[in-house]
Amino acid sequence: MSELSTSYPASGATAPPLAFYETTESHVPNGTLLGFWVYLMSDCLIFACLFATYGVLGREYAGGPSAAEVLELPAVAVNTSLLLLSSITYGFAVLEMQRDRQRSMMIWLAITGLLGAGFITLELREFAHLISIGAGPQRSAFLSSFFTLVGTHGLHVTCGILWLIVLMTQVAKKGLIPANKRRLMCLSMFWHFLDVVWVGVFSFVYLMGVLP
Amino acid sequence: MSMKALRAPLLSSLALLAGCQSVLMSPSGDLAVQQRNLILTSTVLMLLIIVPVIVLTLWFAWHFRASNKKATYDPDWDHSTILELLIWSAPLLIIIALGAITWVSTHKLDPYRPLERLDAERAIPADARPLVVNVVALDWKWLFIYPEQGIATVNELAAPVDRPIQFKITATTVMNSFFIPALAGQIYAMPNMETTLQAVINKPGEYQGFSANYSGEGFSGMHFVFHGVSEDGFAQWVAQAKANGGDLSRDAYMKLAEPSENAPVAFYASVAPGLYQAILTHCLQPDSPSCMTRMDMHAPKPEGEGGAAQPMGSAATGMADMSAHPAHSN
Amino acid sequence: MLAHPDLTTLIFGRLTLESLPLHVPIVLGTFAVVALGGLVLVAVLTYFKLWGYLWREWFTSIDHKRIGIMYMILGFIMLLRGFADAIMMRAQQAISFGDNMGYLPPEHYDQIFTAHGVIMIFFVAMPMVTGLMNFVMPLQIGARDVAFPFLNNFSFWMTVAGALLVMASLFVGEFARTGWLAYPPLSDIASSPDAGVDYYIWALQIAGVGTLLSGINLLVTIIKMRAPGMTMMKMPVFTWTALCTNVLIVAAFPVLTAVLALLALDRYAGTNFFTTELGGNAMMYVNLIWIWGHPEVYILVLPVFGIFSEVTATFSRKPLFGYTSMVYATVVITVLSYLVWLHHFFTMGSGASVNSFFGITTMIISIPTGAKIFNWLFTMYRGRVEFEVPMMWVLAFMVTFVIGGMTGVLLAVPPADFSLHNSLFLIAHFHNVIIGGVVFGLFAGITYWFPKAFGFKLDPFWGKCAFWFWVVGFYFAFMPLYVLGLMGVTRRLSHFTDPALQIWFVLAAFGAFLILLGIASMIIQFVVSFRRREALRDVTGDPWNGRTLEWSTSSPPPKYNFAFTPLVHDHDAWWMMKKHHYQRPLDGFIPIHMPLNTGAGITLAGLSFVFGFAMVWYMWLVAIVSFAAIVVVAIAHTFNYHRDYYLTADEVRRVETSRTELMARHV
Repeated sequence: MSELSTSYPASGATAPPLAFYETTESHVPNGTLLGFWVYLMSDCLIFACLFATYGVLGREYAGGPSAAEVLELPAVAVNTSLLLLSSITYGFAVLEMQRDRQRSMMIWLAITGLLGAGFITLELREFAHLISIGAGPQRSAFLSSFFTLVGTHGLHVTCGILWLIVLMTQVAKKGLIPANKRRLMCLSMFWHFLDVVWVGVFSFVYLMGVLP
Repeated sequence: MSMKALRAPLLSSLALLAGCQSVLMSPSGDLAVQQRNLILTSTVLMLLIIVPVIVLTLWFAWHFRASNKKATYDPDWDHSTILELLIWSAPLLIIIALGAITWVSTHKLDPYRPLERLDAERAIPADARPLVVNVVALDWKWLFIYPEQGIATVNELAAPVDRPIQFKITATTVMNSFFIPALAGQIYAMPNMETTLQAVINKPGEYQGFSANYSGEGFSGMHFVFHGVSEDGFAQWVAQAKANGGDLSRDAYMKLAEPSENAPVAFYASVAPGLYQAILTHCLQPDSPSCMTRMDMHAPKPEGEGGAAQPMGSAATGMADMSAHPAHSN
Repeated sequence: MLAHPDLTTLIFGRLTLESLPLHVPIVLGTFAVVALGGLVLVAVLTYFKLWGYLWREWFTSIDHKRIGIMYMILGFIMLLRGFADAIMMRAQQAISFGDNMGYLPPEHYDQIFTAHGVIMIFFVAMPMVTGLMNFVMPLQIGARDVAFPFLNNFSFWMTVAGALLVMASLFVGEFARTGWLAYPPLSDIASSPDAGVDYYIWALQIAGVGTLLSGINLLVTIIKMRAPGMTMMKMPVFTWTALCTNVLIVAAFPVLTAVLALLALDRYAGTNFFTTELGGNAMMYVNLIWIWGHPEVYILVLPVFGIFSEVTATFSRKPLFGYTSMVYATVVITVLSYLVWLHHFFTMGSGASVNSFFGITTMIISIPTGAKIFNWLFTMYRGRVEFEVPMMWVLAFMVTFVIGGMTGVLLAVPPADFSLHNSLFLIAHFHNVIIGGVVFGLFAGITYWFPKAFGFKLDPFWGKCAFWFWVVGFYFAFMPLYVLGLMGVTRRLSHFTDPALQIWFVLAAFGAFLILLGIASMIIQFVVSFRRREALRDVTGDPWNGRTLEWSTSSPPPKYNFAFTPLVHDHDAWWMMKKHHYQRPLDGFIPIHMPLNTGAGITLAGLSFVFGFAMVWYMWLVAIVSFAAIVVVAIAHTFNYHRDYYLTADEVRRVETSRTELMARHV
């Protein structure tokens, strides 16, 4: 350090003095929403892999049933509307949250959760039916990739519902404090994300699957 | 520093020298010869940039050492547009050259592509028919089926010199890689799939062949001898197999396919018809699920009979219901 | 599996006394040594009453510096294990010729090379790279901590849990015998019915959670928490490479998670993704795992390029040459690393056009990489190069790495690869870039930032010993493998027939022995440096006359890193501050917002370990209970809103004043 003065040319001396630190505590912007968004993108990649897998194996029926034979569009249409509707109701919940109306927000959240539960119930019913007719995930590569793709989405929705319940409890306990609002926004992203993924599943697996 | 400076290039050039005697550097099949030439060309091309970098690294480090006060010191110099253009374009030029070579050679030396020449001087004779060999990687040995000659061998391979060979390669349970370094590059042997290798051997001799992809416990012993022989020698070799070998029936094959290590050489005078195709499609026993798969995929499904061939236990029963009543799902 | 759900099966699954290697003396001996060592450690910690200290100050710490140090310790311990595997392989291959079958039967040898690869990549290189990023990056950007301090702690412990599962496989059951990427069909339940592959899957899945979360964490930290004035193009190069690496982690690890989950489904649920029957396609696994696997290479090497940039600039006493082109080179490599995965299996028979496409994209990566090498070269040009140990590693790297780069480009030429694929030439190549690049870089980084972490430099004599043993050992160990590769020798063989090969394997084994001496020198270096710490003490905080912000604070830095948030005007921020005769503020301190320690991370990771172990052994009851416990603890943790506190201005003043006094004493 002693030779510092020799190593630095005097150019600095003539320049106007620069500030090198902040004298007040700066508030670092909260990174939670960005972080959660990045997480969602990584989750999206998991789905991308499962979609790709389905794309490769989706026609490998191995002598078993084909997609057209086992997929029931009417039931899935109901299912899809439940989930799309739940995204809208979550949107209403967020609007209420932004107005700090805790009670009506909780009601909308509860409706969202019920719609999600309805979705899961229908999905489980479909799975149970498939397994009962011998079209379980072990039957063929098509069914393996079908169950895994749809099941992973269902698992996400289930986690979402669990999270929703936890968050409702936390809001009930602590009110709409900033931390809870942030969490509600994260869950909101998660919920809409699952909706978007489902649109992909619906079109790619169900609609294209029943095409001849 | 200078000691190490010398050591790196010295050692590597020594290594390369020693490598010159090696099988990849002095192969006996035309394909492998061209691959060797490609390795050498690419290496020389890259050395054009690698050697100066190594030399400059050591020279700069030494010349601009802190104790050398005679060297120029320019403490703020951190940019030069011309230099930067140069340092991006030098590797770029090399890669353009190498990329062009890659594109051409990859197509020319594609193992699937029928040969166009026997070696650098001789084209393929117009009447040449390739010798077809079906290669099956078993746990842990090689089965070679010669459809034309009607024979099969285990862990021994022979082919006439200067006659194109067409290998059709598959595997039974796990993935292997079929590799005779003196003859040509390797290609994977994969279950349910078939790969092709077109090659020719130019010099008579005994060459090593082996699996170049780890496949489990007996992998180390999964090697065989490849004989490059004259046409007469090949005929004799076939006759010997016909005289001494047994019959490779489906049952005999099932027995052979059981895992074994360091399997001895064996000959078969005759081969069950359609055996290779059956191995490739995993359809050796009529009740295996793969047979069912193929049947269903390639033949129109017999209405109401779909369940009969299915060995899937409870699942199959359900499936039988399904095919019998396609309307069930509505 | 649940046909007879009696209690023993529910609790112990398929784990029986036979699963313990009571009949294998080597393993039993190792176990005895490890157990004894563990007992001694526990005894020492108990005797000196250190448990409370460790728990409070380290295990539950959310301080990025401590977590970074713990990552490095984990990496170093696992390096010892991974290297033990390496030297066992070299010994086996050096003697196993002709009638001599060596001392390792195939089923043992196959586990060793699998474990070596898995450990070195996932539990040595990854923790060390993550550790350095964790420790250095927040300091370089002038931040107090990372964006999500709790997640950081949790990520670390998940990595530890994964490492513990791999270690457990040494003594309970066996590890995978499939090679480090566990290609099916070999890794399918039909070919590998035992617990080995399951250990592999669960260890990587659990550690993978940690890696992914840490990736998100560091990414957000860099985007959101840079000091005022530090625009993207003023970030230090190490931070830039950390940014790109974490982008790669976030964009690559989910693929690994997905593909391992599919493999697990094949093994546990009987699905048909990669089986040879019923429509499965094993080649899809190979594709997917390399879509993760190739970016993984750059995940490891990019931060190390950052280290080289920092070290070269510091010890050449010049700013980095071509900062902008360095940054663009890094970004280009990041993007291109997703377009080359197929070069790992040209021999699958994808056809000439596909092969040449991936071959050429691979070569294109060497352009930005080459530019980087030239940038370091011209950083030394007209500099004052000081041969401190970190700089020696840089020089060894530059010479070694270009050789590895050359052989890499050679392997990217598909027809050449048909001859060299899976050969020892390939082994030599990737060790050449991973040891010559990643490992040398990590050692440079460790030596460079050690005084920042601990307040004293590492002893240079033993550092130089380690350097020479490693570098010479490396050339002895891997140059013969290039030759063997050209002789057509393939990898993963446990026995050879051709006696002409033996001399090369003996040379390679000698090289491994030299590296052993190198590792021993490093351990001695740590001990000697600790004992001579007063002589090696750094009181300035800037022992190397550094250029970036981490050198502006004390060594080791206070909990809060910087008493005041720095303002940045240039990418060599600290150099500029020194140039302008920056005076350290001595008063006017304000309270600092700090995160609170928590034990939730280690608890969750501990439960994850139990869950993973239970899944490996089909202990369904234990698995269900531990999984439920994970969910409950995680939810309970979200009910804890009390996660931060304010460090008082008085406390900051006390710390800063003691530093002022310390510096005054050492003028």
